[in-house]
Amino acid sequence: MAKLLEVSGLTTSFRTERGPVMAVDSVSFDVDAGETLAIVGESGSGKSVSALSLMRLIPNPPGEIVAGSVMFEGQDLLKITEAEMRAVRGDRIAMIFQEPMTSLNPSLTVGMQVGEPVMLHRGASWKAALERAGELLARVRIPDARSRVDAYPHQFSGGMRQRAMIAMALACQPKLIIADEPTTALDVTVQSQILSLLKELTRETGAALILITHDLGVVARYADRVSVMYAGRVVETGTARDIYKRPQHPYTQGLMACVPRLDQVLGRRLVPIDGQPPDLTRLPPGCAFAPRCGWVTERCLQERPSLDPVGNGHLKACFVDVDARVGEHV
Amino acid sequence: MSMPGLANMSDPSPLLVVEDLKVHFPIKAGTLVQRQVASVKAVDGVSFLLNRGETLGLVGESGCGKSTTGLAVLRMLDITAGRVVFDGEDITRHDRAAMRPIRKRMQMVYQDPYGSLNPRMKVVDLIAEPMIVHDLLPNRAARADRARELLALVGLRPDMADRYIHEFSGGQRQRIGVARALSMEPDLLICDEPVSALDVSIQAQIVNLFQDLQQSLGLTYIFVAHDLAVVRHISDRIAVMYLGRIAEIADRETLYRRPLHPYTQALLAAVPIPDPEIEATRPQIAVAGEVPSALNPPPGCRFHTRCPLAVARCRTEEPALRDVGAGQMVSCHLV
Ligand SMILES: Nc1ncnc2c1ncn2[C@@H]1O[C@H](COP(=O)(O)OP(=O)(O)O)[C@@H](O)[C@H]1O
Ligand SMILES: Nc1ncnc2c1ncn2[C@@H]1O[C@H](COP(=O)(O)OP(=O)(O)O)[C@@H](O)[C@H]1O
Ligand SMILES: [Mg+2]
Ligand SMILES: [Mg+2]
Repeated sequence: MAKLLEVSGLTTSFRTERGPVMAVDSVSFDVDAGETLAIVGESGSGKSVSALSLMRLIPNPPGEIVAGSVMFEGQDLLKITEAEMRAVRGDRIAMIFQEPMTSLNPSLTVGMQVGEPVMLHRGASWKAALERAGELLARVRIPDARSRVDAYPHQFSGGMRQRAMIAMALACQPKLIIADEPTTALDVTVQSQILSLLKELTRETGAALILITHDLGVVARYADRVSVMYAGRVVETGTARDIYKRPQHPYTQGLMACVPRLDQVLGRRLVPIDGQPPDLTRLPPGCAFAPRCGWVTERCLQERPSLDPVGNGHLKACFVDVDARVGEHV
Repeated sequence: MSMPGLANMSDPSPLLVVEDLKVHFPIKAGTLVQRQVASVKAVDGVSFLLNRGETLGLVGESGCGKSTTGLAVLRMLDITAGRVVFDGEDITRHDRAAMRPIRKRMQMVYQDPYGSLNPRMKVVDLIAEPMIVHDLLPNRAARADRARELLALVGLRPDMADRYIHEFSGGQRQRIGVARALSMEPDLLICDEPVSALDVSIQAQIVNLFQDLQQSLGLTYIFVAHDLAVVRHISDRIAVMYLGRIAEIADRETLYRRPLHPYTQALLAAVPIPDPEIEATRPQIAVAGEVPSALNPPPGCRFHTRCPLAVARCRTEEPALRDVGAGQMVSCHLV
């Protein structure tokens, strides 16, 4: 059976002063109802552009979706009209951004904004929409929710604003929620409150969640499956357990090795990934990670590896059989 | 290359003593005549010792007073009350002139060196600038040589000296910020979230750089960060701050193995470990609410509004930071 969302070959480019940039290049991933997929990668790797592309929110110019398909509930979102797409956004697919302050309108009450999708997509009256907003704010555990309906965003703390954003996302009971670094601006205790809430609510409603993050700890705690991005491409996909236990791509392995962990043996040196992140305007012809890779071969410099299965639903975009090579060294 | 700190390593007296430090920022109001209507108690009774060659980590959520503590130690802010003693000298009331010889010996490394560095100056001049300000090397050529030496020391190529800051990546900029701080041959570096803006692969490079420099130069660090795993990795001792006060201070092993303050426990529990199997079995202790305003901190224990264990006494009586043995100090009535 088809998954709830199947993105394949998604490619988005931007025209920049320094030439065209393939911010997202042949990206494929999928997510099923009730599942949490994490998209992880460092800044500039194409996480946000992937999400914005599938929502068709890429500003054109300078951006353009040049290839791919986004199958959602049996429909290719890249082929429908803009009016049809507007009916999908905020209804069947909702998005939560990192900075709630920039996504909330400072001059409208929180209740009006949380209730708006219900008016827009369900044709509810103002009165009914505000009532629903009160329920939703209570659902995301904002204290005294009903009296907060009339508050303005600046009267909320950072964590409360993000709760309000979640309430707005939930308004029309979406099938898919995309959360782009929803807690990066928040303190760690608030981060865990917000992510646990989001996880609990998606579990209750059966919605799928795409969680975009750069934090490997967050991925480990909340994700079922993971796609790792590097330089606009997905380099590895698998279940969270597989990816952490048996990372196959040298970049994923490098990431796992370079983050300090709360539970690690003290006194060990961190193992950084050598070199610098790539400049997207001058990517090498082969694998974008090749200049930083310890396993690089001649072929890696010539050809771009495609994302291929390595068994168990685990995929990687790498020519090198790292496990076998590790064996050679022993 | 001289090693300023190493000579002092055998000296058992602490490099820095901070005693009951308070930094309150006045809030003024009024259209014609401004008068003080309140104050933000950014730092409100912080004490710690820093030994030579040691790294003290400062952690806590945003607004708890970490940066203010660092700036007060550097005397870049006025101190409301308490004492700061640097290498035996009480600098609490020092004016600019009196601070001059001391300021060379303590330098700051910022989160975003880009914001604090002049984009129109070449890297060589950026690194040499503090040397001019402090009359360190009188001759321009000697300063340029020294700047190149410092670039090599922080892992950059000396020939990068003639470039401008915008030509560098985030990690390289942080290296330049460190080189600039080191140009004064300081004893103490106050590193305020120096790796927080960097991607993890680059963060590891910079953390290693700090550790290597400490080894080779005998530097003493105050390392401010909100990432507890990074702080645990780099620090010898860690102070956990909450709303302008220290909740707990201990060596890193003790703090992570046996945290005693409920806030420390909550903070540690909130940090996910990058391993799904461990996370699946880890008890999830969520602390409710958010940090209250420093303008109006709760009476009694400042954490009581969020503390799952709070009792009546916590609401009225402020707990003192008490030694509970093995260098661990906790400010909690229940410990
Ligand atoms: N509006 C834009 N104009 C030009 N380039 C852009 C624009 N938005 C994004 N990009 C480029 O796309 C790349 C990927 O960006 P993004 O998806 O935001 O990364 P992240 O993984 O940090 O979310 C970046 O390197 C950036 O240069
Ligand atoms: N110059 C200032 N004037 C008024 N309040 C300030 C000033 N600097 C910091 N504060 C306040 O002091 C508190 C502590 O700030 P800070 O030391 O920057 O915290 P941290 O570095 O731990 O995030 C915060 O409530 C902050 O808003
Ligand atoms: Mg992004
Ligand atoms: Mg700060």
